[in-house]
Amino acid sequence: MNESSQTKRTALYDLHLELGGKIVPFAGYDMPVQYPDGIMKEHLHTRENAGLFDVSHMGQVVISGANPATSIEKLVPGDIQSLKAGEMRYSFLTNEAGGILDDLIITQRGNDLFVVVNAGCKDQDIALFKEKLAGEAEVIVLDDRALVAIQGPKAASVLARYNPDVATMPFMTYRELEIAGVPCFVTRSGYTGEDGYEISIPNDQAVSLCKQLLAGSEVAPIGLGARDSLRLEAGLCLYGYDLNENTTPVSAGLLWAISKRRREEGGFPGEKVILEEIANKPKMKRVGILPEGRAPAREHTEIADMDGNIVGEVTSGGFAPTLQAPVAMGYVPLELSKPDTPLQLMVRGKARAAKVVKMPFVEQRYYRG
Amino acid sequence: MSIKYTKDHEWVTVEDDIATVGVSVYAQEQLGDVVFVEVPEVGRTLDKGDELAVVESVKAASEVYAPIGGEVLEVNNDLEDNPSQVNEDAQGSGWFAKVKISDASELDDLMDEAAYKEYTEGLA
Repeated sequence: MNESSQTKRTALYDLHLELGGKIVPFAGYDMPVQYPDGIMKEHLHTRENAGLFDVSHMGQVVISGANPATSIEKLVPGDIQSLKAGEMRYSFLTNEAGGILDDLIITQRGNDLFVVVNAGCKDQDIALFKEKLAGEAEVIVLDDRALVAIQGPKAASVLARYNPDVATMPFMTYRELEIAGVPCFVTRSGYTGEDGYEISIPNDQAVSLCKQLLAGSEVAPIGLGARDSLRLEAGLCLYGYDLNENTTPVSAGLLWAISKRRREEGGFPGEKVILEEIANKPKMKRVGILPEGRAPAREHTEIADMDGNIVGEVTSGGFAPTLQAPVAMGYVPLELSKPDTPLQLMVRGKARAAKVVKMPFVEQRYYRG
Repeated sequence: MSIKYTKDHEWVTVEDDIATVGVSVYAQEQLGDVVFVEVPEVGRTLDKGDELAVVESVKAASEVYAPIGGEVLEVNNDLEDNPSQVNEDAQGSGWFAKVKISDASELDDLMDEAAYKEYTEGLA
């Protein structure tokens, strides 16, 4: 810890307190892990209605220059050049060993790129952008904006009250729109598996806009606890758990985010390792795991084969409120990665039966237009 | 005999030489929705302070310690199908285990209702 040992607050901190949020430190910020309703109710509310999340701790960055899409492709294996204005894509920063430094969302805005990175990685990511893109692109950190997500089957109808144009935006697109008169960057995206939006708002108007959104009877504030259980059910990775510097995109099952052109052309960090793994298959694979019974298997739970040999580790695990059952994801050897493969989870020294299952655990419901 | 509490928010009631053990109402509020309880094996002998059970909420696992030493005589198997009893009736149907007390003097340093109330108010 250096000078930043003091935790930071988002523009919505006072609102969290007003709403009864239970505040915990997360990635250097004081954030609400839950509100009085609790994680279970918040989770189910999001799946049935609409939830409002403060994700202002994440980094919002603009990269501009002569051709920022070409520039950033030096750092990510995703196809950014093919994005048209208003389109966005999930990608990741890789290292020379083919490991993942962070996962991120890159939006092509026409004149520049709008990039959202994880809170815990943002200082390192911004430093990397500045160093590697020096001389060809400018990196601007948008510290003056909050970021909120509204997620759930009723998110679109709620937000459309404030601007009907949001209703027809397809999944993974971007628009600059006024929401209740506030100039916002709106994307149809999220981290719950539900339809919904992420909205970048000027800090000084964030509280009033959130209060307006929360006034809708369908909308409840949702903390980081339910954000985690929602993304786990949706089979989405959490950086630092399911992805890290030692996991490759291939073993993580993120090959879909590396296009044919990028595989042919290369030109990203770790290309040798990643292309070799694409050709010859990775040793380990990230899979969904369904434990038998009700005992959750948390991260770092050892995974054993049916002979009792420890073969891998759970990277995310918990209780899935939608399924009322535990779920997990973790890495196992490729030969044990097929659905229905039986495994054992070593929970507190006891072997508990489990099996490999396809993800997502709960069907994603994105709006494709 | 009346109820007694530990600083870790376990409760214990005693009838003859048998203690019934669970977690307090305050504890279940802090834990949130309980989704699984791992109760001890019947027949196991625990020392005071040993891990007695594990309570899992959506978010995390929390250990529950034996407020008193002794042999586990009976466990609440209903919690397997209905772990939410810990939330709904922490100090009643949400009990964890019955223990045959080995040393009743271990009860002496536990808090009574009034002392525990004062203790939890100081934690806010």
